[in-house]
Amino acid sequence: MRLPNKTCAMGATIARINDGDTVMVGGFGVPGTPMTLIHALVAHGAKNLTIIKNDANEPGMGIDHLLRAGLVKRLITTHLGLNAHAIGLMNAGKIEVEFNAQGILAERIRAGGAGIGAILSDVGIDTELAQGKQIVEVEGKPHLVETALRADVALIHADRADPFGNLGYVATARNFNPVMAMAAKCVIVEAEAVVPLGALPADAVQTPGVFVDHVVALETLTEEYAVVER
Amino acid sequence: MIARAALEIESGMTVNLGIGLPTKVIDHLPSHLEVCLHTENGMSGIGPTLPSDRADRNLIDAGGAYVSTVPGSAFFDSVTSFAMVRSGRLDLTMLGAFEVGANGDLANWKIPGKFSPGVGGGIELAQKARRVVVLTTHTDRAGKPKLKTECSLPLTARGCVARIFTDMAVIDVGPEGFELVETAQGVSSADVAAATGAPLRIPNTALPSF
Repeated sequence: MRLPNKTCAMGATIARINDGDTVMVGGFGVPGTPMTLIHALVAHGAKNLTIIKNDANEPGMGIDHLLRAGLVKRLITTHLGLNAHAIGLMNAGKIEVEFNAQGILAERIRAGGAGIGAILSDVGIDTELAQGKQIVEVEGKPHLVETALRADVALIHADRADPFGNLGYVATARNFNPVMAMAAKCVIVEAEAVVPLGALPADAVQTPGVFVDHVVALETLTEEYAVVER
Repeated sequence: MIARAALEIESGMTVNLGIGLPTKVIDHLPSHLEVCLHTENGMSGIGPTLPSDRADRNLIDAGGAYVSTVPGSAFFDSVTSFAMVRSGRLDLTMLGAFEVGANGDLANWKIPGKFSPGVGGGIELAQKARRVVVLTTHTDRAGKPKLKTECSLPLTARGCVARIFTDMAVIDVGPEGFELVETAQGVSSADVAAATGAPLRIPNTALPSF
């Protein structure tokens, strides 16, 4: 028995993204951000997207290209501090921004990927992040209902993949990638190396290929993946 | 003040140093200290910060600085990272502040109309670390007190701050509000009280200075 081969060309996979879709994008800063898939999405041009990503990268990098192309209607995120351009769009009302506490964003995505409707948490219950959220009492303490997040598509960056979509990550490029890879209808992975089936030891697989739909091999790493000079 | 704050970190602790002033504490930790530094983006056991010519493009801290590993470092995903935070595995976090209330309330993420980049992991650190200390200038750029009877800015977490390190003093947040613990060299108790926007309890005994 042989596991299915999910490798494919970049353009064909990205063409599956439609206007109005919700797209999860892995990464925390540069590490783990699927820069090449993002450029392909800009070229494809699907509009009115809802983007779910920890941060907005930096001006001229990562999802800032989607913002500059005017493809983003709504951004569900935790922190835009390194992207003054994104903050400017938010303040001008050009994009809607929903801020989450960082670990709660991760847990909402995890719930979506785990087939759970919502989680209960007291994080931020005394803050404006609690506004508009349902409150449930558990063992005498109030908790916010944090609804699960799912997406139409997840764009994932992996260090290595096999053709079935078993993935491995490196260092702090892991971040939101494994959890987002569980929470979308269509999971597209860019991998720095695609290795033969069996080359990733089963114990070393960090995202099982069962969650993954398409694997794209990166032929080159652009400047955007490099160390940022500040 | 940063060197003084570094003394707060004891052997055996797991610690998260927030973005800004707290990150600089790492430069003042003695090499013999047995401490595990955590960062939100998925690492425990942070090693020294590296210049860009020696940096690993995939190895940063939550503030975007290029860092390194030490023997025993671990990487993990964002879910695991915040499981550590929310379940009380952090013995200590050091955070920056816009305002601290005499009731221990912390405001450090938003100035409506001026600064609203989002909260990142700040709420979870402030609300869930076992001990929260703040590093901040005693007054803002306009010279107004950052230590106040009540915070006026949007809160990060209620009643979370145990101790404040400023350029003028070390101040504890007790049941009756701000209590002066130490003063910076050349700063008097009266100077600290004058720069503090809430009543300051000053012990009758002589205070150490740093």
